[in-house]
Amino acid sequence: MLGYTITQWLFGILSFLAIMFALMVVFTRNPVNSVLYLVLTFFCIAGHYLLLNAQFLAIVHIVVYAGAIMVLFLFIIMLMNLDADTEPQKHIGTRFIAGIVGGVLLFVMVGALRGAEQIQLVQTGSSQIGLVKNLGKVLFSEFLFPFEIASILLLAALVGAIMIGKRDTNINSKETTNS
Amino acid sequence: MIKLVALIPLFPLLGFIINGFFGKKISKNVSGWIASLAVLASFIVSLLIFIDLEEHKEMTSHIVPLFSWINSDTLKIPFEFLVDPLSSWFLLIITGIGFLIHIYSIGYMHDDEGFSRFFTYLNLFVFFMLLLVLGNNYLIMFVGWEGVGLCSYLLIGFWFKNTAYNNAAKKAFIMNRVGDLGFLLGIILIFVTFGSISFDKVFTIASSGSEATVTAIALLLFIGAMGKSAQLPLYTWLPDAMAGPTPVSALIHAATMVTAGIYMIVRSNVFYSMSEDASHIVAVVGVATALFAATIGLFQNDIKKVLAYSTVSQLGLMFLGLGVGAYSSSVFHVTTHAFFKALLFLGAGSVIHAMGGEQDMRKMGGLKKALPITFVTMLIGTIAISGIPPFSGFFSKDEILAHTYEHSPTLWFFGQLASMLTAFYMFRLLYLTFYRKFRGTHEQEHHLHESPKTMTIPLIVLAILSVVGGVLGLPEFWGATNWMHHHLDSIIVQKNPSILNHTKEWTLMAIAVLSAGATIFFAYMVYMKNQILPEANDAKLTGIKKLIYNKYYVDELYDFIIRKPLDGISVVFYKFMDLQVVDGIVNGVGSAVTGISFVVRKAQTGHIGLYIFGMVVGIITILFFTFIK
Amino acid sequence: MLNGIPINFYIMLSAVIFIIGVIGVMARRNAIIIFMCIELMLNAVNLLLVAFSTLHNDPSGQVFVFFIMAVAAAEVAVGLAILSMVYRNFKSIDIDLLSRLKN
Repeated sequence: MLGYTITQWLFGILSFLAIMFALMVVFTRNPVNSVLYLVLTFFCIAGHYLLLNAQFLAIVHIVVYAGAIMVLFLFIIMLMNLDADTEPQKHIGTRFIAGIVGGVLLFVMVGALRGAEQIQLVQTGSSQIGLVKNLGKVLFSEFLFPFEIASILLLAALVGAIMIGKRDTNINSKETTNS
Repeated sequence: MIKLVALIPLFPLLGFIINGFFGKKISKNVSGWIASLAVLASFIVSLLIFIDLEEHKEMTSHIVPLFSWINSDTLKIPFEFLVDPLSSWFLLIITGIGFLIHIYSIGYMHDDEGFSRFFTYLNLFVFFMLLLVLGNNYLIMFVGWEGVGLCSYLLIGFWFKNTAYNNAAKKAFIMNRVGDLGFLLGIILIFVTFGSISFDKVFTIASSGSEATVTAIALLLFIGAMGKSAQLPLYTWLPDAMAGPTPVSALIHAATMVTAGIYMIVRSNVFYSMSEDASHIVAVVGVATALFAATIGLFQNDIKKVLAYSTVSQLGLMFLGLGVGAYSSSVFHVTTHAFFKALLFLGAGSVIHAMGGEQDMRKMGGLKKALPITFVTMLIGTIAISGIPPFSGFFSKDEILAHTYEHSPTLWFFGQLASMLTAFYMFRLLYLTFYRKFRGTHEQEHHLHESPKTMTIPLIVLAILSVVGGVLGLPEFWGATNWMHHHLDSIIVQKNPSILNHTKEWTLMAIAVLSAGATIFFAYMVYMKNQILPEANDAKLTGIKKLIYNKYYVDELYDFIIRKPLDGISVVFYKFMDLQVVDGIVNGVGSAVTGISFVVRKAQTGHIGLYIFGMVVGIITILFFTFIK
Repeated sequence: MLNGIPINFYIMLSAVIFIIGVIGVMARRNAIIIFMCIELMLNAVNLLLVAFSTLHNDPSGQVFVFFIMAVAAAEVAVGLAILSMVYRNFKSIDIDLLSRLKN
């Protein structure tokens, strides 16, 4: 098809969609729509993972990001009852400057990363590293200690989130008595 | 026995520690007696060592190594004590007179609130003085040298609530610094030249040094001695040092510390006998100081100031003796001078004690009846210092003058003149203080009393020593043996045999006695017969009297040529360097930071959006400069 | 070449998604949207990590992505808890109103 392989077609389509959805995340007024576009972006990125033979990561990505994190976002947004009408808007000038600054950053980054195509491949042998079996071996041998630390981090985040989110009755009662 | 030498400085150190840390907790008498007994113990050990040394004449010099002190590449300085006839003799003077003065102080300082502090300092002083004398190298001597300087400073400013006393203490300390620098440079030069500063090593190889180097060493050491022993031009601190309590004046500023310079030069006599020029300078400075201070002493009205100038004058005589090579005679004079000058100071202290702190002789008089013991002992001291035979001062002074005559009759003439003046002002002091009518207030007269036993007993002991001290150095042409001369024989390199015949010696002696007698008679005529009193109003003095009364304006001269220019420079530096440059920089930095932060503060809007913008712009900049070239 | 796609393309794609995240952070006032844009930036980086992991045939890159996900999950949990707390107290999550840092 037009001289491109199927993978190249897929890459092109997924990239286009990912960028489009990402832009929609930023430019949609309604926060709920933003979240949904972000989920779509994540699906595109998961597709890229599949293209890169990282099947396990693709699944984990969808489960963790699209499944858990984004639901959390959605949940909070709905809890706060945010929609397009309550959405605060930056001044148009500010947004324009943001765009310019972003463009400059992109320009600089592309300039900085230029020349990466000359990276020599060490070896392109089996593309089996993305499988659960191989990844698990590395994770539980080489990266065992960071893995355990990550579990402690998650626990700490769990406790922290509960502590922060909890309504402190004592302080509130004090505030009311004071006022 | 000689191995026990380390005990000698240890006792006063112990006394210092006990009094220093627990002085406030123990009663006055206990702390006074602890200090005195510490010095007594040192005295006993010194005496035993001295006897030991006398009995074993075959070996005169003993080095007692204690520990390795400084060990750095080529610089190896062991901590060693040297016991030889010279140091053992000085040990006896220091601990013996020190003990008597400690006892005296118990009575003298009895009502003072700083009683235990006083004894703390006094014991520390004795410790450092012993260290100075005992050390087997110049560095230990220097440590002791600085230590006694410190104690001198502390004790001059003992009554630190009085600004004038503090200033006197500072003056003594700073004046001594000038001399100490010379001493230190001398030590360094010795080390550079001979590669060692231990006495035994340096003196055996001293002859290898060139004459110019040795002269330089001798002169630098002499500058040190000038400061410590109050010689021209660094003498002005000693009269002011009389601000301290009287026992301090007796112990430090008459008997021991000020003779450290003489000890040092006798110890280094090898250098001086090698250098004719240095010796000559020592002699000239000595005689000039003797004469200069004696003339100032003539018209002083403060009883302690008279004694102070007398001390300067006598020290000048000792340096004269050193300069003409009569080292043993100078040590002899140090000894007799320690006896009678300590006696005179303690007597003066007794008078001041009785007068309730009054020191002006114009307000004294007729104290003979009220203070009989003090009077008799002071009389003995005065006769001794005036050089009347057979009192001790006569022999030592005569010996120095006789050796001076061998060397140079001109120097002898000036020395003799100074000695005559001494007789005059000492008898003036005696007449004004103890004879004639009492001139103080009625209340003082009522209060007059003889001092307690703790004060009079040291006076009596010192008076006896002043009388009989002369036997230590009887003139050889009398057929007697000059014990002092033989005692110090081993440490003095250049022997100085008497070249005068007996007739000349007798003549010199007669001149000395007659001139002393004549001046005493003159003093009698002026102050007893004609009842002349020193002018009560200082401002009315005229001419030469005014000049001398104001100490030749030396202090003012120093003030003019040293202090004023320094002040001027300091003012310039203060006004310009400090206020403009240094303060300008410091304040400028401060106000620049304030100014900049006043502007930059406005960027801290608290709006997170702006911060993010800043961050992104920063990232762009970093990336730009890192990767894009 | 990764399955016929040059590594440059992945770099460009990541850069573009990252910049979109940056622009979002700068242009929006809603704290939750800013949060989401940060997630977008994280994912851009993840994508690049996986691309290079495959390029070098080295599983470490993917393990790293795995850890980033864990950290992101923790971050989101705490961050959203903070935001809900902020909303409770201010009745708004407009970051321009949250200028308390100034004082």
